[in-house]
Amino acid sequence: MAKYLLLKHYRGAPAAVNDVPMDRWTPEEISAHVQYMQDFADRLEKSGEFVDGQALAPEGSWVRYDGEGRPPVTDGPFAETKDLIAGWMIIDVDSHDRAVALAGELSAAPGAGGKPIHEWLEVRPFLTAPPTVTE
Amino acid sequence: MDELLPRSLTPSVLAVLVRRGADFAAAEDAVQDALVEAVRVWPQEAPRDPKGWLVTVAWRRFLDATRADASRRRREDRLDEEPAPGPAPAVDDTLQLYFLCAHPSLTPSSAVALTLRAVGGLTTRQIARAYLVPEATMAQRISRAKRTVSGVRFDRAGDVSTVLRVLYLVFNEGYSGDVDLAAEAIRLTRQLAAAIDHPEVAGLLALMLLHHARRVSRTAPDGSLVPLAEQDRGLWDTGMIAEGVAILQAALARDRLGEFQAQAAVAALHADAPTAGETDWVQIVEWYDELVGLTDSPVVRLNRAVAVGEADGPRAGLAELAELSDALPRHTAVAAYLHERDGDLPTAARLYAEAAHKAPTLAERDHLTRQAARLNAGLRR
Repeated sequence: MAKYLLLKHYRGAPAAVNDVPMDRWTPEEISAHVQYMQDFADRLEKSGEFVDGQALAPEGSWVRYDGEGRPPVTDGPFAETKDLIAGWMIIDVDSHDRAVALAGELSAAPGAGGKPIHEWLEVRPFLTAPPTVTE
Repeated sequence: MDELLPRSLTPSVLAVLVRRGADFAAAEDAVQDALVEAVRVWPQEAPRDPKGWLVTVAWRRFLDATRADASRRRREDRLDEEPAPGPAPAVDDTLQLYFLCAHPSLTPSSAVALTLRAVGGLTTRQIARAYLVPEATMAQRISRAKRTVSGVRFDRAGDVSTVLRVLYLVFNEGYSGDVDLAAEAIRLTRQLAAAIDHPEVAGLLALMLLHHARRVSRTAPDGSLVPLAEQDRGLWDTGMIAEGVAILQAALARDRLGEFQAQAAVAALHADAPTAGETDWVQIVEWYDELVGLTDSPVVRLNRAVAVGEADGPRAGLAELAELSDALPRHTAVAAYLHERDGDLPTAARLYAEAAHKAPTLAERDHLTRQAARLNAGLRR
């Protein structure tokens, strides 16, 4: 019973095996990919392991506090930012091994030529509440 | 009305339906419906026979649900007749449900969810909130668990240690939400202890009580962790400690030691010390020796190293620690603490920061970061 974040990157992850940008896929390949992702989420809900999943727009802005009484400063997007998150899925599973197995399945989503993308996904455990028994 | 009353009757009512021939999954749904109805109706008009009331309502719900399913028409004819009394139970009904819900074919998270619903009488929504997952996900987890155990025979005794592991998980990994899972785990363990005479069940109950008694003192008002040595012992619930100690002593007198009794013995020694300085660390080390013999778990060895550090000095603790893999969770945090006790503050500060980086919980991370910051501030002076 632990939650993990499966992170998908637009940029910043090591190169996938089947590394063809999505805009060079055929429309059918894109549909197959979207369907795979949806089926994956549905399957996780049925197994009682799904918590949340969201996709993010590639572009956002940077914001920071600029002092009392002043509006926040906004800037960006910065093209040089190395890491760009594309979306995430949160799962609630019995073990780290299970989280890795599920990330592996998600990484097998079909891409160009209907072949698995083999893309690198990041698996990050949530920090939990402390256990009751500590000593 | 006693708010817990309907929920405390859950397992026995469910068992009646199953013995009358209802399948477990459908019976469980019907009992949940009856519980919801009880919560609505009983405050106005409490029944004279609460269990009989619940059985009647749940049975009616079960028949309604079965009737609504046209494909089950044939079975309905059979079930609609006045139920014949089932065979005399070989094992206590309540106990039987604990076994079923902790069946080895279930994953730990499924067993926990099913136990809380079918034995504890909690709603799916309450369980989902307690574990911070969507209600739809929890509903699927529970119905999958019910399908998994649907073929399990209801009249065979199971292994009580699987039940204890599930209850321990509920107690130890209870998060937040509108349900106090630690208190619920204690209630369910108490109910189990009433159904079966077993020293390890008593040991687990004692362990839970002894830890629960210290709960208020474990966190500061700002939510940060307070280590055992710095807890305000005046906040400890002495009544609960006394109950835990009495249950433990009775269990130990049976001379069938198990891991929960030994863990409870360690907790009892902490609870027994008027101040942290008066803790009987020598005896605690002896109990950890027993635990190492019983479980040989690396986590127990790590805790033992801490106790050795207190009993025989930090150097002895560090020597014990050196025998263990530094990949163990909390290994670095223990090393940091022992180096600080040994007076090597720069090493301790570095290790606290490293331990914070690896901490599995937010509260521990913040605590360890504060320890590093405290030492670093002192070293700068």
